[in-house]
Amino acid sequence: MEIDKDKEEVKKIREWMNTEEYKELNFKRNAIVINPERACQPLGAVLCAAGFEDTMPFVHGSHGCVAYYRNNLSRHFREPMNAVSTSLTEDGAVFGGQANGFEGFKNALALYKPKMFAISTTCMSEVIGDDLGQIVTNAREKGFLPENILAPYANTPSFIGSHLEGYDNMLAAIIETLGIKTENFNDTINIIFGFDTTIGNIYEIKRLLKIMGAQYLVLSDYSNALDSPLNGEYKFYNEKLTKLDDTKASVNNKASIALQKFSTKKTLSVLADKFHQTVKTLRSPVGIKYTDEFLMMVSELTGKTITKEIENERGRAVDSMTDAQQYIHGKKFAIFGDPDMLTGLTSYLLEMGGIPKYVLCSNGNEEFKKDIEALFIEYSVTEGEVYINKDLWHLRSLVMTNPVDMLIGPSHGKFLAKDAKIPHVRMGYPIFDRVNIHRYPYYGYNGVINLTTWIVNKFMDILDDTCDDAHFELLR
Amino acid sequence: MRQVAIYGKGGIGKSTTTQNILAALAELGKKIMLVGCDPKSDSTRLLLGGKAQETVLNSVKEVGQENVTEEDVFKVGFGGIRCVESGGPEPGVGCAGRGIITSITTLEQLGSYEKDLDYVFYDVLGDVVCGGFAMPIREAYAKEIYIVCSGELMALYAANNICKGVLKFANSGGVRIGGIICNSRNVDNEKDMVDAFAKKIGTQMIHFIPRDNVVQRAEIQKKTVIEYDKSCGQADVYRELAGKIETNDMFIVPSPISMQELEDLMMEYGLMEEYERTTEAAKENTATQR
Repeated sequence: MEIDKDKEEVKKIREWMNTEEYKELNFKRNAIVINPERACQPLGAVLCAAGFEDTMPFVHGSHGCVAYYRNNLSRHFREPMNAVSTSLTEDGAVFGGQANGFEGFKNALALYKPKMFAISTTCMSEVIGDDLGQIVTNAREKGFLPENILAPYANTPSFIGSHLEGYDNMLAAIIETLGIKTENFNDTINIIFGFDTTIGNIYEIKRLLKIMGAQYLVLSDYSNALDSPLNGEYKFYNEKLTKLDDTKASVNNKASIALQKFSTKKTLSVLADKFHQTVKTLRSPVGIKYTDEFLMMVSELTGKTITKEIENERGRAVDSMTDAQQYIHGKKFAIFGDPDMLTGLTSYLLEMGGIPKYVLCSNGNEEFKKDIEALFIEYSVTEGEVYINKDLWHLRSLVMTNPVDMLIGPSHGKFLAKDAKIPHVRMGYPIFDRVNIHRYPYYGYNGVINLTTWIVNKFMDILDDTCDDAHFELLR
Repeated sequence: MRQVAIYGKGGIGKSTTTQNILAALAELGKKIMLVGCDPKSDSTRLLLGGKAQETVLNSVKEVGQENVTEEDVFKVGFGGIRCVESGGPEPGVGCAGRGIITSITTLEQLGSYEKDLDYVFYDVLGDVVCGGFAMPIREAYAKEIYIVCSGELMALYAANNICKGVLKFANSGGVRIGGIICNSRNVDNEKDMVDAFAKKIGTQMIHFIPRDNVVQRAEIQKKTVIEYDKSCGQADVYRELAGKIETNDMFIVPSPISMQELEDLMMEYGLMEEYERTTEAAKENTATQR
């Protein structure tokens, strides 16, 4: 009998959790965070480091931290992820981690023979105030770190910012440390993706640049490290990553284009201020408009024309949108994830006549919020709401009280999608529960076709699953 | 077993006062453990007749926390007092606060608290600058605190700050202030001023230790005053203080005062029309000591 009574109580609370009253309380919450869509700085730093030739991500902290980044990234890419730690323990915390750093360099050099250590930090080493610069200098003096081994280092405290800042800090440190300014100018442009775990995006942008005949260098190109072919050949360091010599020379390239705004700020300021390079920040090329902007920018910087082939691709993408437009028009979406992806996705949905009802970004700032609000105004959408520094428990309250038709974002949203009984299209980072999504681009005109395919076919599946026999049509 | 923590501004004489109190308590036959919680590890020097202590944290570094033994870190000093030093990192690196936490948990593991003891004393560095330095007053450790201070503004300021720290733990745990020990710096009207301050924050000035050069001489000899010259007046001062601590029954939750109140206190007691006279007296005093 007691159990039945408890069940009743549980049911009552469960229902109450879906009410306006609960939503209000939920939004007043300031003491705890439940399921925020963000990872920590060193995770971003490790991903960034993975894109460089013969480079070992070297994390100054406990090995449990590093196990987390490796595990998290491995589960998304379904590929091995290299990284070492200085295995800080109790005595490291008290006496400082220099001795661990020395031993770490020695061991990792003996075992893995990297050409570069890309060094980042964790909560612990930051709280005790370890000085990376001094550790690197002393390690060189004492012979633990030979002069020919590059060792850029970035402070990436886990409790400030998110994986976006970590990526940015690491890339900025690598460019600042490696870059050698010379008078040799060339027409190459640097492409900086930022924290982008959709390998398909990297392939797609490289393909478009090749068609245009533009010379480019991707700064941190981990596509072949985290999407390496399975051909029976094991390589500890994969080929075709960003070359260290190219990175040294990258500061002399004609310009740098960043395809994300919020994970490249520091990197771009290093390139602009220290190396006096032309830098451009673009909106992530998601949807027709932002892809157009990207291609036009490349054309402007390189003088290369946007070819007929690309124009045809654009035409096909527009055609695919027109064919499917009626299935998205007027539909409401709740979307969440990293800020740049959300800006792009919002723009795409608006192009399709969809309503991005809730745009929620755990690691977004006021600038991001203004960007999204500007898009709402541009497309005369009055229903859109944008939330920053909110978590997925907030999003749950939003969709339970004022339903939407679809959720788009990383895997963590699956629980609220189930509770709200709405479909969930996976996009962004991390995706742990679907395969191959990261191999398909959402950038470029092909990305438009992919997004349309995923979203519309999901709606059609639901329609077929739920309609009565009279409406179970062959033609949709 | 009573667990006592001694706090106070850096350089105020915490370690000297603590070791002299302990020497006096040992004379009374008390069984005592002294835990030095200062990375400089100079809290047990007078009791051990020099600084020859292997610190807990060094042992942890050398052999690992689980392998440290009592023999590694304990030394028995004057009057059978069991002395241990936490130790800590070199200045400018690592985390001394974390060091105190590690050190005390290591002692816990060793079962050092389970010995038949009357007193455990913690001699803690300077202000309560972070969580680590508050470790000795967390629940299950020191329940009573004495703050060493003088009539100088910054010493009182530090004492007041320490009370703010204590307040946090007093509300959730059982830690209480047992009193203010005035270690005289020959400031004008010092005794009354410190007494007034103690009353303002709700406690007592448990004892006034006059300035006496015998303390300095004993320190040079690496001894407590009691060991160095047990019949001198200053030795009796410490004995009296030890007796007061032994019988103390005034334990309070402090009510720290504002900076303004503290400054007002200085105005009231520190600037008197007798200023001229007292400085003359101080000069004479110094002259005679020479």
